[in-house]
Amino acid sequence: MKHIVIIGGGIAGIETASALTDAGHWVTLIEKDAQIGGKLNNWSNLFPNFTPVEKITDELKEKCRRKDFSILTNTEVNSVLRNKDKFSINTSDNQQLEADAIVVATGYELFDARRKEEYGYKIYDHVITSADLEQLFKSGEKLTVAAGKIPKRIAFVHCVGSRDEKSGNHYCSKVCCITGVKQAIELKKHLPDAEIFCFYMDLRMYGKHFEELYREAQEKYDIQFIRGRLSEASEKIDKSLLIKAEDTLSGRPLKMNVDLLVLLIGMEAGKGTAAAATSCSIGCEESGFLQTADSFLQSNISMQDGIFLAGSCTAPMTVNDTVLHARSAAQEVNNYLQKTR
Amino acid sequence: MKDFGYTVIKQRTIDYDQFDGRLLNEVLQMEPSFKVCLSCGGCTATCSANDLVSFNVRRMNLLLRRGETVELESEIKKCMLCGKCMLVCPRGINIRNVIMLIKKSILKYNPVKS
Amino acid sequence: MKKEGKIQVWQDYQKEIADDHYFYVRSCIRQNFFPGSEQTFLKILRKELGKDIYENPHHTSCSGIGYHSDIVPFDTIQTIVARQFALMTEAGYQNIAVSCITSFGIYNEIIETWKEYPAELEKVRNFLKKATGREFEVPQNVAHASDIVYKFREDIATHGKFRLINHKTGKPLKVVEHIGCHYSKMFPCKGVGGAEFPYVLAGMIEAWGGEVIDYPERRHCCGFGFRQYLIMSNRGYSVSNSRKKFESMEPYKPDFIVSNCPGCPMFLDRWQYVIEEMEGKTFGPDGQGIPVLTYEEMAGLVLGYNPWDMGMQMHQTNVEPLLDKMGIQYDPELKYANKEGKQIGHPTMVRCGC
Repeated sequence: MKHIVIIGGGIAGIETASALTDAGHWVTLIEKDAQIGGKLNNWSNLFPNFTPVEKITDELKEKCRRKDFSILTNTEVNSVLRNKDKFSINTSDNQQLEADAIVVATGYELFDARRKEEYGYKIYDHVITSADLEQLFKSGEKLTVAAGKIPKRIAFVHCVGSRDEKSGNHYCSKVCCITGVKQAIELKKHLPDAEIFCFYMDLRMYGKHFEELYREAQEKYDIQFIRGRLSEASEKIDKSLLIKAEDTLSGRPLKMNVDLLVLLIGMEAGKGTAAAATSCSIGCEESGFLQTADSFLQSNISMQDGIFLAGSCTAPMTVNDTVLHARSAAQEVNNYLQKTR
Repeated sequence: MKDFGYTVIKQRTIDYDQFDGRLLNEVLQMEPSFKVCLSCGGCTATCSANDLVSFNVRRMNLLLRRGETVELESEIKKCMLCGKCMLVCPRGINIRNVIMLIKKSILKYNPVKS
Repeated sequence: MKKEGKIQVWQDYQKEIADDHYFYVRSCIRQNFFPGSEQTFLKILRKELGKDIYENPHHTSCSGIGYHSDIVPFDTIQTIVARQFALMTEAGYQNIAVSCITSFGIYNEIIETWKEYPAELEKVRNFLKKATGREFEVPQNVAHASDIVYKFREDIATHGKFRLINHKTGKPLKVVEHIGCHYSKMFPCKGVGGAEFPYVLAGMIEAWGGEVIDYPERRHCCGFGFRQYLIMSNRGYSVSNSRKKFESMEPYKPDFIVSNCPGCPMFLDRWQYVIEEMEGKTFGPDGQGIPVLTYEEMAGLVLGYNPWDMGMQMHQTNVEPLLDKMGIQYDPELKYANKEGKQIGHPTMVRCGC
């Protein structure tokens, strides 16, 4: 029986593990956190149809229960050594694992919004990120601002930490546009009297049902879209925020007072993926995400034989894309193991 | 000429075939970072000048790319070269240098002035 | 507003500030605008802190105003700056302490240019040698004078006789800090605290007991803008920018404004008079203005220096309300007296609570 070690217990890791177990392999999943499920555990509902995250995570966790693969939580990979067709993996609790193949599924990290100093995240009281908003939705708490007031006007800022040379990230994080539209609708449902604005540079509604959701946001929920990048935010004496942008379509600078500012933060490759790149000796792209052998037909193949890639460690990805990418990773591993038999 | 009480109206269309790209090419060659402007307007939002006068840094890109050199020449005079726009630009464009390059070369290519 | 978040940003922008042995370069315009400030700085460094600070009377304007007004070409200003560095080198100093924000920006801009384009540096060495026979070293440390006061703010607090506290209520004074644009907007890493949340003045205010006011237009320029002020018909732009700031800070009821630039305190001070004359609008309580101080004056008041010795009678917006709040004793009779105690006449255009 062949043994496959998967690094990372998020959507990609679990889905790959599940598919490889189905194919009759012995799989060990290594997860650095105490529980599996990755970033999805911190999210509330998924675009474009508001599916509760639990529907996905419960199913993934159920797969883990049903299927026979080992999961090592609170564990990280220290080193990976290759010996011909075998890998020897040393973990943070000093276990020695022997594997025939490795799948890197280390995912991403959310952009630290404090790096956009001009937006005052963690400085101004009512600047939050899209991730904070999901937590809030999840907790079911009432959304209030200064002195228990219900926010009357809310603005979303697109592309925070994405498409931004100043953050060092040239790429598009792919999920934030539609996340903004989804969250704007959700907020409007919570606060029907609030005015909601999205400040965007481009709206990239590429996925199935994305464009429809955008239309619905305008049609049913009166979400207003302003094409302009925020240059700064500042806090006023009543803790509301003065924001400045150019309304590029009317060609004039625009300022606006809002009670709450939501920063749609992007994805970065993160420390876990960087560590995997080092321990597995596989290359990173300029963006920090892992290099694939070919972007069309070999997007699961790393620059090292026997080491495969699954999910958003290769590029920002939606949940759907991650699941598909993970399944194709399992297929590639299977093909490889057939060949090396 | 005879006056019929009406005239032939000048077309408003941007006639791209009439576009003189020399100034644009010169600026892009000297400051290639200007190629990547995505018209987000961050520069205009933070501009110290446009609060009080109708100056729009973002439009400099369009004016240059559409050959509107007459308007461009009068517009760039409003820039104070403070460079605040460069702090904001998500594409890291050296906007100050772009303005300087236009100032330097525009008279060469502006048929009205020269 | 969360302090921890700001502390995080401040930690990201720490700069090295020399500890002693400074070659001091004065500002062209400050001695007219706020004539006692530079003298106060030298007094604090020499008398209170025991530092070695040297200035050379052959030092000239850096020509920054001419440069920013499109009159002085870059080659010329580089050579002028090289000459200042030659004076420093000849006097045996390596650390330059700059009084003016414009000059500070110019020095940083030129030194960075030389780092990026070493050929420029060689060219300028050649120019200077040909023109004056002088040679120079690039300074090892470039500090704005406010960086130095910031560095020794705790020592000044220890020597201090007053604190930035309303002596009647015991509450901290509310202080608006205004940073000159060229301090850190060009090179955020050259300023204490960076460009978005500069800490250089905020650090002094906190160390001396005051409360920093963070208001929405804090980052905005005072409006000086060189060309905007130098040409009279453009001054509307200048005053409008200052007005935008006053409006934005007014709800916080600041007790005073402090700045580290030559131009900003001048305009924030004088424009309050102009706005009162033009519109009848004042931004302080009871028809008063908001006093505007230089950081040297602020430090001098903390150290118990006589406000009239520091030239604070030159302010167009009266400073007495602030002196009263701090509990500083002063003789109103001596405000317009010369050194011998003889009255030299009262100005006719003082308003804002006069």
